[in-house]
Amino acid sequence: MDKKRKKIDIFCHELVPKHELLSKEEAEKLLKKLNIYPEQLPWIKKSDPAAVAIGAKPGDIVKIIRKSPTAGETVVYRYVIDK
Amino acid sequence: MSLYRPPKKIGAIRFGLLSPETIRKMSVTRIITPDTYSEDGLPIDSGLMDGRLGTIEPGQRCKTCGNRIGECPGHFGHIELARPVIHVGFAKVIYKILRATCRKCSRILLSDEELEDFKKRMDEYEKKWKGLSEEISDELLKKASRVSKCPHCGESQFKIKFEKPTTYYEETKEGLRRLTPIEIRDRLERITDEDARLLGINPKDARPEWMVLTVLPVPPVTVRPSITLESGVRSEDDLTHKLVDIIRINQRLRENIEAGAPQLIIEDLWELLQYHVITYFDNEVSGVPPARHRSGRALRTLSQRLKGKEGRFRSNLSGKRVDFSARTVISPDPNLSINEVGVPIDIAKILTIPERVTEWNIEELKELVIKGPDQYPGANYIIRLDGRRIDLRYVRDRKTIAESLEPGFIVERHLKDGDIVLFNRQPSLHRMSIMAHEVRVLPYRTFRLHLCVCPPYNADFDGDEMNLHVPQSEEARAEARVLMRVQEQVLSPRYGGPIVGAIQDYISSAFLFTSKNNLLTKEEVCQLLSVADYKGDLPEPAVKEPQPLWTGKQIFSLFLPKGLNISLRASVCRKCPGGCLKEKCPYDAYVAVRDGQLITGVIDERSIGAFQPDSILHRIIKDFGTDAAREFLDKIGKLLIEFISRKGFTMGLDDVEIPKVATIRIQEILKEAEEKVDKLIESYRRGELQRLPGRTLEETLEMQIMKVLAEARDKAGDIASEHLGLENHAVIMAETGARGSILNLAQMAACVGQQSVRGERINRGYRNRTLPHFKVGDLSAKARGFVASNYRTGLDPIEFFFHAMGGREGLVDTAVRTSTSGYMQRRLVNALQDLKVEYDGTVRDASSRIIQIIYGEDGVDPAKSDHGKAVNIDIIIEKVLSESEQT
Repeated sequence: MDKKRKKIDIFCHELVPKHELLSKEEAEKLLKKLNIYPEQLPWIKKSDPAAVAIGAKPGDIVKIIRKSPTAGETVVYRYVIDK
Repeated sequence: MSLYRPPKKIGAIRFGLLSPETIRKMSVTRIITPDTYSEDGLPIDSGLMDGRLGTIEPGQRCKTCGNRIGECPGHFGHIELARPVIHVGFAKVIYKILRATCRKCSRILLSDEELEDFKKRMDEYEKKWKGLSEEISDELLKKASRVSKCPHCGESQFKIKFEKPTTYYEETKEGLRRLTPIEIRDRLERITDEDARLLGINPKDARPEWMVLTVLPVPPVTVRPSITLESGVRSEDDLTHKLVDIIRINQRLRENIEAGAPQLIIEDLWELLQYHVITYFDNEVSGVPPARHRSGRALRTLSQRLKGKEGRFRSNLSGKRVDFSARTVISPDPNLSINEVGVPIDIAKILTIPERVTEWNIEELKELVIKGPDQYPGANYIIRLDGRRIDLRYVRDRKTIAESLEPGFIVERHLKDGDIVLFNRQPSLHRMSIMAHEVRVLPYRTFRLHLCVCPPYNADFDGDEMNLHVPQSEEARAEARVLMRVQEQVLSPRYGGPIVGAIQDYISSAFLFTSKNNLLTKEEVCQLLSVADYKGDLPEPAVKEPQPLWTGKQIFSLFLPKGLNISLRASVCRKCPGGCLKEKCPYDAYVAVRDGQLITGVIDERSIGAFQPDSILHRIIKDFGTDAAREFLDKIGKLLIEFISRKGFTMGLDDVEIPKVATIRIQEILKEAEEKVDKLIESYRRGELQRLPGRTLEETLEMQIMKVLAEARDKAGDIASEHLGLENHAVIMAETGARGSILNLAQMAACVGQQSVRGERINRGYRNRTLPHFKVGDLSAKARGFVASNYRTGLDPIEFFFHAMGGREGLVDTAVRTSTSGYMQRRLVNALQDLKVEYDGTVRDASSRIIQIIYGEDGVDPAKSDHGKAVNIDIIIEKVLSESEQT
């Protein structure tokens, strides 16, 4: 890959929803609220461009805020996995 | 009743291969003789029907377990194969393993370090994600198959060639060398347990060499029962036939080997044995001719028993047949409630409901018992306190039996009016395909249902059949009544709106009934209201002199709940370009209901039809409950049917006839259009046609021609509809949405229009022309499937032919669509079947993994929504405004 190429902020694109890393406390609160193990959340690969962009590591939980045709805006969570 | 015992929980299921030792251990006898029965009709010992393999004849006791038929589960035997054979099901696995292992030492063709690395990764995966370790094995197999020299013993490897179904070759320098199953088994045997694990085989459950069979299990006779025909001739099961073949060849092979026959003969027999074993497992392997019965029918062997729609899984395990059910043709009955189903008396006498005898119903049930199974309200069985079941068909004196009834007995009585049953029509595509109805026992032999429930079942009466099930427990009946009754299912969960509702004549009738010019005399009003079960006072007549007359709107309003406020635009609305005049609509298409009074507007599909969100029917359900909606539909239904039957509503040829002037004008328009087309073609020929962006010249021409002709058809249709007014029954049906469309009418009265195949004008047939009647390269309207005639006057032969072409495509399309969408539905349902909305609003799967944090991201139940939205502001404003107006 061309290293000189400027890094693009993928979140500038309209179709890429906002991704946030959850802090440990927030993550625990979420898991407690849903009464689940982190593996029971939907997964996201650590190699996912958005996950790479926010520096997510396996075991983290990513909060995604995106547009929804039914609810206007909606929050979903992803558990970061290896591979 | 006994307490509910939770079924045992399955901890795990392990799949593996049977080892030769296990096969021998579970076998009760070795099968040697290829025959089944001796001449005196007794099973031959160590033959395929050996008595130790289980019982199939009534009265006979099993020689192994001593049980009779039904109790004896059957016992396996075994065949010792003279030479090993490949198991077809694992041929590919064997190939993969052979490629990845050394031909001499059978180690995986990777260095120790690499293997160690794979092992580590596998351990990790197995701990974290069980099942995913398969991927590692695949990777290893791929990597090892590329190695050409064994890193362990230094032996150089040959490429292995696999020829379906079960032949393997080594590509040596001298040429292809065939590997015998013995050699293959040898190699597989030498694979260490540790290597086997890396290859994706759990050595505890399956050793690689077990994929090469040396012993064949013989299934018990209960699996392959023989049938005795009336003539006394025994007919054996297909599996038995196949096993006979295997044993016979096996025997011959063994004899030849023992006699020291030439290698060639032995190999031929070996190959034959392999063939029989292949077809025994699977008779549809590609490249192998299927084994056939003497009659030429292909045998149904093991794999065929399991596979496909008629296989064990889909037919016997996923699909079950049930008791307490009935099926017959359906027919309509407008006099029923939408909650009811008419059940033929003959069916009511067979389907039963178990009723427990109590102090309070003992007299009633005694009477039913005395009536017995043959007279209608009767009973078929009694279950006594000791659990003994008495069949009333065979009781001589039913009076005595009836007297012996005491509390605690159960009487299985005939179905009677008011019982709740489940009613179903296939294909059961959504939950409204099975709804609970109340029974109405009726004469004759068909199920009867109310016409308003046809849309959810997608039923019509051209010979449709439906199924009926009788719930047997109190819980099931309560559940059916509370959750599944038709009135509870009126609102579709697919979108916010009723799915049950008026269709066809109900809609035409509603329009006629509520239109402005419908005035009814007192006599008519009284008769109509009595049919509709109206109990109450007559309203003040709208016209008092010279005689009292009531409007249809007034009478209709009697059935609307008090306090209902709604306005909407009817189907007949013309969508006036100057903006809607609302209450002052000249076409009376603005429906306004104030406090349960229909002020203006005609009632048509938009107000009471099925599939209509935000209609009057929808508001009644949402604001006044399902009971009110049911009552509304029942009563209005009877009234409307009575009204339209009295009035008479027909459509005939006259209804699509238009005046001569109009016909001439239409012909002129069509002629003009055809000339226009000819001009276009002319300019195309001369090369003067302007190309549209992104199109070829030909495409441009086609598009323009299509446009011109479509316009002409529309214009012709417009002229026709000018002459067909709202007094025309066909127009009423089209405009109100009862049946058909204006386009259908235009095709009947004016011009059928362009026929198409694959979205283009018809261009197939002969070379550069559609039919030999035309010149080569003729692009004119007529030559490419434009039908200028209408259905009333009829099509000429050429038009008729093109019409048939277009029609055929339509038919094929529907057939293809149903099959592909059916398959898609099956796969979707299989994938989504155990998703469920939990109490916390999350959507989770069976292992409670989260699919959605909130159902639909907004947590709205579409059935309870307003056309998908949680709230419909317009309706609320409307409601508040009209309520404040009234106070």
